[in-house]
Amino acid sequence: MLVWSRSGRLIIWVIFALIFGVLFLAPLAVILLSSLADQWNGVLPNGLTTEHYADVAKGAAWNAVKASLVTGFAASALALVSGTWAALSLRLQGPALKRLLGPLFFIPSAVPSVSVGLGLLVAFSHPPLLLNGTIAIVMIAHFVLISAFTFGNVSAGLARLSPDFEQVASSLGARPAYRLWHVTLPLLAPYLVAAFGLSFALSMGELGATVMVYPPGWVTLPVSIFSLTDRGDIFAGAALTMILVAATLVLLLGLERITARATGS
Amino acid sequence: MSEALAIGAPTARKREPGRLRIVPPAALLALLFFYPLALIVRQAFLDDSGVANVPEIVRVLHSRFFLNALINTVTISVTATAGCLIVGLLLALILAFVPFPGSGFIARLIDTFIALPTFLVTLAFTFLYGSAGMLNSGLMEAFSLPLPPVDFLYSTWGVVLAEVTVYTPFILRPLLAAISLVDRGQIEAASVLGARPFRIVRQVILPAAVPALVAGGSLCLLLTVNEFGIVLFIGAKGVITLPLLIYGKAIQESAYQVACIIAVVNIALSLGLFGLYRFAAGRLGV
Repeated sequence: MLVWSRSGRLIIWVIFALIFGVLFLAPLAVILLSSLADQWNGVLPNGLTTEHYADVAKGAAWNAVKASLVTGFAASALALVSGTWAALSLRLQGPALKRLLGPLFFIPSAVPSVSVGLGLLVAFSHPPLLLNGTIAIVMIAHFVLISAFTFGNVSAGLARLSPDFEQVASSLGARPAYRLWHVTLPLLAPYLVAAFGLSFALSMGELGATVMVYPPGWVTLPVSIFSLTDRGDIFAGAALTMILVAATLVLLLGLERITARATGS
Repeated sequence: MSEALAIGAPTARKREPGRLRIVPPAALLALLFFYPLALIVRQAFLDDSGVANVPEIVRVLHSRFFLNALINTVTISVTATAGCLIVGLLLALILAFVPFPGSGFIARLIDTFIALPTFLVTLAFTFLYGSAGMLNSGLMEAFSLPLPPVDFLYSTWGVVLAEVTVYTPFILRPLLAAISLVDRGQIEAASVLGARPFRIVRQVILPAAVPALVAGGSLCLLLTVNEFGIVLFIGAKGVITLPLLIYGKAIQESAYQVACIIAVVNIALSLGLFGLYRFAAGRLGV
């Protein structure tokens, strides 16, 4: 529309293809290729193999996938409950308190993840709150980091919700708890699922706080990818990264389908 | 008197439990986030016996490792954000105004990068631009060079390029939303009146995109200052940023107090940028 001549448009599309190819397509393609590479001495791999996948499947991969999924699920579920709770009850506050409290729930997303981990180490390394070295501290770190995103998503959903349904429910005599369970939450459901999916994906890729607090027996996917590549085993690292990407995408697509079916769109 | 109370009381009693419902999630966040944050500040300023520890703070803030990390962090963040803004604007303009078959799918594909772990890009860059990577192997074979000619990956430029890839989608999304609101009739009118595409971009589209650029840019500054995975995975000795320094001091050297002092600086920087982002996004109406 902006460029009318055919040649001008072609030049612009070539520029776009170059930027997109170099910045976005090449990294994804090369990770996939290297996870399947037999040996790689020249420009392209000498051959293809699924050996790296077999290796990581024999090694730490299964435990890492389990640690990441369990941590992601627990942290996202807690963040969903607390974020929804916070967003719903913030609506009942006066405007001054709302302006004060709202940003406080967003601040965890602004603080560097390493510092969140450091804070947890400093705070919970002594009795009575001795959590250092437990699985719980990893989940808490993930919860803190993703809580702002769930809160933000649910708040955005609430803001778009038409108040009519709730008012009608009230005027028909629905009690607050009944109204919440049968009117507000079902209307919010697409946003809740989206919030859960986003926070799960963020948790799956979290590295900064995890690397500060993880106990020896609970190595998540990103941490175990780092220790593989740090040891120089970059092909196995690439294979494990592909597993992480696949797990994340399957999860997001699955949740998207659930939402689409639920809302009938 | 009693009547006034009778009228006033039910509303007060009705509102009280509703207002208190904010307490559980707020208390959870206070215990798990704000309390540890306060302890970082405490540990940074006081030593074990609870006395203010000024000499140690001065020593850390004047140390070469801290100043280097601070300069690296700011340089990388500003350069990467500038890169994200340029690439994001270019991609958004093409996607919105010179669309091609499948451009919607491409926009969604770029969007999924938001959900992927940041270190993926660094790992990929090792295979692409590392000393034994595809680019160097290709150039060495083609021109029979004895040494790998491309050597930017293990410098600040490697980090900057990786961060541009990772954070451009964060700019692209609000930008596409903002420029899709530009009146097409205005562009066509300008075009019929003989304005060249560059002038249309500068005088019609850019003014509409400025709020989104400011909001996206300040979000990028914040995210790049806080970035950890990319820098850790590149693992270059010369490229240490504040988050990486905190990790090194706390985990590798067990120097918790030094780590806390640096963390206070890093957190203050991040919160400042967060304020800037909220201000910019607030004006944008996000």
